[in-house]
Amino acid sequence: MPAALEFCDVTLGYDRHPAVHHLEGKVETGALIAVVGPNGAGKSTLFKGIVGTLKPFAGRIERGGLAPQEIAYLPQAAEIDRSFPISVYDMVAMGLWRRTGLFGGVGRSACGAIEQAIAAVGLTGFEGRAIATLSGGQMQRMLFARLLLQDARVIVLDEPFNAVDAKTSADLFDLVRRWHGERRTVLTALHDIEFVRTHFPETLLLAREPVAWGPTATVLTAENLLTARRMCEAFDEQAAECVEPQTAA
Amino acid sequence: MYEFLIAPFSEFEFMRRALAGTLALALGAGPIGVVLMLRRMSLVGDAMAHAILPGAAIGFLLSGLSLFAMTAGGLIAGFVVALLTGLVARNTELKEDAALATFYLLSLALGVTIVSLKGTNIDLLHVLFGNVLALDNQTLLLIAANATITLIVLALIYRPLIVECVDPGFMRSVSRAGGAAHFAFLVLVVINLVSGFHALGTLLAVGIMMLPAAIGRFWARDATAMIAIATASGVFAGYAGLLLSFHTGVASGPAIILTAGALYVFSLLFGRVGGLARQVFPERHLEA
Repeated sequence: MPAALEFCDVTLGYDRHPAVHHLEGKVETGALIAVVGPNGAGKSTLFKGIVGTLKPFAGRIERGGLAPQEIAYLPQAAEIDRSFPISVYDMVAMGLWRRTGLFGGVGRSACGAIEQAIAAVGLTGFEGRAIATLSGGQMQRMLFARLLLQDARVIVLDEPFNAVDAKTSADLFDLVRRWHGERRTVLTALHDIEFVRTHFPETLLLAREPVAWGPTATVLTAENLLTARRMCEAFDEQAAECVEPQTAA
Repeated sequence: MYEFLIAPFSEFEFMRRALAGTLALALGAGPIGVVLMLRRMSLVGDAMAHAILPGAAIGFLLSGLSLFAMTAGGLIAGFVVALLTGLVARNTELKEDAALATFYLLSLALGVTIVSLKGTNIDLLHVLFGNVLALDNQTLLLIAANATITLIVLALIYRPLIVECVDPGFMRSVSRAGGAAHFAFLVLVVINLVSGFHALGTLLAVGIMMLPAAIGRFWARDATAMIAIATASGVFAGYAGLLLSFHTGVASGPAIILTAGALYVFSLLFGRVGGLARQVFPERHLEA
């Protein structure tokens, strides 16, 4: 089974400053990986690289034959215009994009799938509601329903359980587990170390440089966490050019 | 009643032409206006109208009051500004509004320069205020063709337009069509403004787009209903404005826009969705 994702000496960043520096490694198909690290560690940057909205400075990201558009992505702060007059149902239906494309219709079987996805996140009865009326947790449930419909082999979630209550995050994590059971590859950025220890078999600890990557128990040691915390967050304006040998892009 | 409401149109051909032109205009401009409003581009129409003015003026200079020259000039100026704006907004730090502002001002300045170089004292009133009561066959056909193209193309790009507007991040993550759809939409804005300037003039052409859209916002909670209401109020304003103009003798273009304005003020006060009256006299809250 080929790797779902492969990072070949990837450096990603902004304005020449690296936010993810020389990341190397493979994400096996069907893996459930927590991406952990302090704020500014490059978790979101890495995800943007994976879904192709940020081009690497150096190195490359192999996506196991998938186009970047085929990877489902839940950003940390979705840029949703909450005042837009659109219903929960239509919003969830966007998840069918890969099947319908720009012009395809939404048939009867697709309507069934939309209703099932809405039911799976516990939003039955909310179909006709305008998204402006949803609470933060309901919004997140709706976005998970859309992810369900996207039916992607690789799913990238950027701090999906931030600012949602315990019940909601438990419900939503059940979906993540379901995806894992279906051999989908899931990467999730998280801050709750205890939660990661309990639920995630594999962890990538990132602090701009990759600190450790492997089985969660061996990665989340006190020593590694301390190293991660020490790495400085701010860009060094006087930083010299990185001269590590770079693989050809 | 018949005398007042129908007879002006059954007796005078120029009124029938004006009505046909306004209706076609409203059919295309209504949906365009709603999408502009939802994309928070309400003033883009206005800026675009300024951008096409020099093109139309140059066409007018070169070949006089020729439909073809003025239309082509307006379209070219509009497309160039739309294209440059899109390129700059999507590839640099400058946001769409700033990029558009720079290019439409340049277009305007260039137009004025060319006109002044030529040194003739031409009558640009037609371009500025249009003349809905003197629509010839060609112009009517142009307006109808533009409305047809607008509705067909808008139907094709509606999904990416709406998705990009609600959730631009999601749109980027599933498709690269966002940029193309946005550009196609700007082209539609331009052709509708060109239609509009023949009937209402460049300055008022935006009125038949944005006022109906704002009216729709006060009565509907979803985009489809908004478009329906906007289009209907545009059509109504066209008809009632022409009647007003016929019976009172005021200029027809402003009469149409003022009628739409009256509908807008009514909606602002009494609209079902967020109208002021609802806010001042709220209904009792519900149990759950």
